[in-house]
Amino acid sequence: MNAIFILQIAIPLLVLVAVAMPVGVFLSHLAAETPTRADRIFGPVERPLLWLCGLSREGRQMTWKTYSLALLSTNLLMAVLIYVILVAQGVLPLNPLKLGGLPPALAFNTAVSFTTNTDWQAYAGETTLSYFSQMAAITFLMFTSAATGLAAAFAFMRGLSGRTEVGNYYLDVIRILVRIFLPLAFIGALFLCWQGVPQTLSPSLHVLGPQGATQSIPVGPVASLVSIKHLGTNGGGYFGQNSAHPFENPTPLTNVVEFLLMGLIPVALVFAFGRVIGNKRQARVIFWAMAVMFLGFLILVTWAESAGNPLLARVGLDQVASGLQAGGNMVGKEVRFGIAQSALFVTGTTAFTTGSVDCMHDSLTALGGLVPLAEMMLNCVFGGKGVGFMNFMLYGILAVFLTGLMVGRTPEIFNKKIEKPEIVLASIAILIHPLIILVPSAISAVEPFGLASIANPAFHGLSEILYAFTSGAANNGSAFAGLAANTPWYNLGIGIVMLLGRYLSILALLAIAGSLAAKKKVPEGPGTLRTDTALFGTIWVGVILIVGALTFFPVVALGPVAEQLAMIAGKAF
Amino acid sequence: MSSEFLPALKLTLVTFALCGLAYPLVTTGVAQILFPQQANGSLIAGAPGRPPLGSKLIGQQFQGPRWFHGRPSAVHYDARSSGASNLGPTNQLLVEHVASRAARVWADNPTWGHKPIPADYLTSSGSGLDPDISIAAARLQAPRVARARHLSEVAVDKLIAQKTTGRGLGLFGEPRVNVLALNLALTSLQGR
Repeated sequence: MNAIFILQIAIPLLVLVAVAMPVGVFLSHLAAETPTRADRIFGPVERPLLWLCGLSREGRQMTWKTYSLALLSTNLLMAVLIYVILVAQGVLPLNPLKLGGLPPALAFNTAVSFTTNTDWQAYAGETTLSYFSQMAAITFLMFTSAATGLAAAFAFMRGLSGRTEVGNYYLDVIRILVRIFLPLAFIGALFLCWQGVPQTLSPSLHVLGPQGATQSIPVGPVASLVSIKHLGTNGGGYFGQNSAHPFENPTPLTNVVEFLLMGLIPVALVFAFGRVIGNKRQARVIFWAMAVMFLGFLILVTWAESAGNPLLARVGLDQVASGLQAGGNMVGKEVRFGIAQSALFVTGTTAFTTGSVDCMHDSLTALGGLVPLAEMMLNCVFGGKGVGFMNFMLYGILAVFLTGLMVGRTPEIFNKKIEKPEIVLASIAILIHPLIILVPSAISAVEPFGLASIANPAFHGLSEILYAFTSGAANNGSAFAGLAANTPWYNLGIGIVMLLGRYLSILALLAIAGSLAAKKKVPEGPGTLRTDTALFGTIWVGVILIVGALTFFPVVALGPVAEQLAMIAGKAF
Repeated sequence: MSSEFLPALKLTLVTFALCGLAYPLVTTGVAQILFPQQANGSLIAGAPGRPPLGSKLIGQQFQGPRWFHGRPSAVHYDARSSGASNLGPTNQLLVEHVASRAARVWADNPTWGHKPIPADYLTSSGSGLDPDISIAAARLQAPRVARARHLSEVAVDKLIAQKTTGRGLGLFGEPRVNVLALNLALTSLQGR
């Protein structure tokens, strides 16, 4: 592992943090609804949109209950609209390949998947969706689902900062779209296009190679989709092979930019939070707690993939890195990315709950594959648009409660007492995640309708099932893609898991914020347990890892861990 | 639900028009003006009146001793449907595929002997359309191609060096050789 290898991973991380800080300031103004100079630039754009939506410039303030209702109503309407578009695709315009409508189960799965910011795909884009569907259904939901998550995080922060009225959902969505997502996605799309990502409405290309082979190459409005796919931590690809496809991710530079786009808002949100609650130290502690977990996972997957697969070394494969080849486990990876850029992307896409892939996770080494799986199980290493951050706060409440029990005092967080309702809600939110992963996985692992979809034998087959439901529950969307997921059981099962994983946790967290906001502030005293110290940050991470390990270790031992041991022992199945 | 139905519907329709229609169409227009070559698939033009020779970003299938070969592809470089093998690390099929490909490469490239073969050259890529191979995989094939085309190995090695793309900004990704570009350079070296 030489200097270039380390630098090409380290520099994107440093750039990410450097850019996220000012963006965090910008986000904090939006979250706190404070007037800024940006109002003058964006105001004229927003005003006609607000008028069309029937909103005033301040917007009526909502309680957490009304805010949740507005969020759910809008999401439901969007999902219905997209369901209709997908089913009716055959009669809609911009369909050069004359693709028919989607069958109902697949259309349901897809509409839910993109509304919930999961972007699980039981289909391959280039052979299933028309240009119109890619734009009007997929690209559209990539914007609004990301805006929804971010709006929920804003409402949560407002509640924690003591406001009982947590803002106006509709106003938040419009502002987030106009001020953040649309301008950044546009710039990102042009950068990607400059590097080679197609952006056209012309039909497929037909070429005749020098050796006489013909090829028909699908194109379309790709760059505009790929850009928001990452910025909104959505992850659903234009093409079946997602960001491994050269048209979605043509160069190492696009790989770095796609990584930066997906990390930008999740990291910035942590800094924004510190400003909103008026405690930057707190933000630093949260940032480092998340960063330590991120780096741990990054190092694990980098090491595992660089080490390669001993089973293949025995049959004549040279996996040793040199100046002439990347080496390592190149199964399912692209030459232009090699190990370093692939490992960075794997860690980022599941930490930021994006779910786009630049290499095939199903073909990672067993421990390498454990990294994305574990990040989705914890679901709070930065996380996607707001939800991962809110999960992290959930563990914070739990950590405060546990330490409170240990020293025998009423637990407090951000100067508010944590009492029974908060703990009940937090417990529900924490327990839902393993429940909706493990129960359907267990059913799939014994029933023929679940087992029939498995592509790889033995331990890896269990990992495939487990990965699918974990990805759905964490609203990630990446896959161990060997699993044939386009069946009624997986389409409906994962569809329901995505819905529960998204909305139950958002509702529980907004309810906690609402309940905390209604409480009186407790003045800080000598006995107050500070949550903005390195010590508490350590406890915080400890609680996350212990809860995660207790919940998921048994099944992880049967899947990836057992497989890694078999691989080292030289056993194939 | 009823009290929020109308505002929710208005927001849905406005954002639909803005993000689902206006944004991708405007982006398409601007991209077509600024980067027409890339926006339309990075095509390599063919002889006048003939179809393009390929996209420089999409790998093609090459066979026989006279051409440099790309990586194995789970979809045989059919660009209509990208795909990977998705074989797991302990799948016996994966081991068998790699072993049988190794045997073929050793047989096709006798000068290489029985040395281990570069990792990318025996494994299928993530997209099934990987346009590149490693420098090591290109050098492995050079003696075979040189012999079949009656060229000197030095000339072929020089072509490989010319068609090698370095890391992005000297740092990111891996050095690589575009197989289509290399094969096109071969044909232009020989007139056809």
